[in-house]
Amino acid sequence: METFNPLAAFGGGVLIGGAALLLMLVNGRVAGISGILGGLLSPRPGDIAWRAGFIAGLPGGGLVFLWLHEGSLGVSLVASWPQTVLAGLLVGFGTRMGSGCTSGHGVCGIGRLSRRSLVATLVFIATGMATVLALRLLGLFHGG
Amino acid sequence: MADNRFARLLEPGVGAFSGVLFGLGLGISEMVNPARVVGFLDITGNWDPTLGVVMLGALAVTIPGFRLVLRRNGPLLAAKFNVPTRTELDRPLLLGAVLFGVGWGLGGFCPGPALTALVSGHPEVFVFVGAMLLGAWIHDRAADRPTLTRR
Repeated sequence: METFNPLAAFGGGVLIGGAALLLMLVNGRVAGISGILGGLLSPRPGDIAWRAGFIAGLPGGGLVFLWLHEGSLGVSLVASWPQTVLAGLLVGFGTRMGSGCTSGHGVCGIGRLSRRSLVATLVFIATGMATVLALRLLGLFHGG
Repeated sequence: MADNRFARLLEPGVGAFSGVLFGLGLGISEMVNPARVVGFLDITGNWDPTLGVVMLGALAVTIPGFRLVLRRNGPLLAAKFNVPTRTELDRPLLLGAVLFGVGWGLGGFCPGPALTALVSGHPEVFVFVGAMLLGAWIHDRAADRPTLTRR
């Protein structure tokens, strides 16, 4: 396991929650990445610019992090090429079908005390855990 | 509500600022690192609590914050709050969450961290994001055709 840094984890989480709160207070929108992205895949006039701004802002935040730290983002990959493609397809399809991902359900939905979001979050965390366990049993686990 | 034309100009800027803060938070909390994420999902290995603490930090802001904000008549720039109203635990919600969970466990990426991690320059992240957009597009196309929806 990489060193656990609770302060960075909590502080980063507070920043994420603050970003979601700002988007709700000012634009009246849920900061759910898959939903914001979905609205760009079937664009409606007058509902594009804020979405494009938010989506472009994410790698922008990555750049700010690089600039502050003068280093790398610390991305260590855990999947083979075929796993990467399959993972992307499932994440894209599943988050659209389930109306949300970690941000929309986990941060915003639970933040509104939504029952749907709480259940969805518990389901994708449990399935994610089961998937990692299955990869371990199959000898395909490349993480930690 | 603010003047409409003024709001139209400001909304994208606020969206971008919120996106930057969000991405920065994902960077600081190391959620852009798939090894961290699968470390949390790997309950039979050396369990890494980071993701759980990040969620707690975010919820410590959104649970009380949304309570206060959603008490207002509306947001500062838009006509109304755009918040989901459905409450039923239906099949698309549960099946979608299962499929997402499998993909999340396989790659260690969910949508926000993947988009933020594009600046790491790893070609794998670009391939993941491309596949993710394709998967989302396939779903939305199928959902547009009544014969293919299963509701």
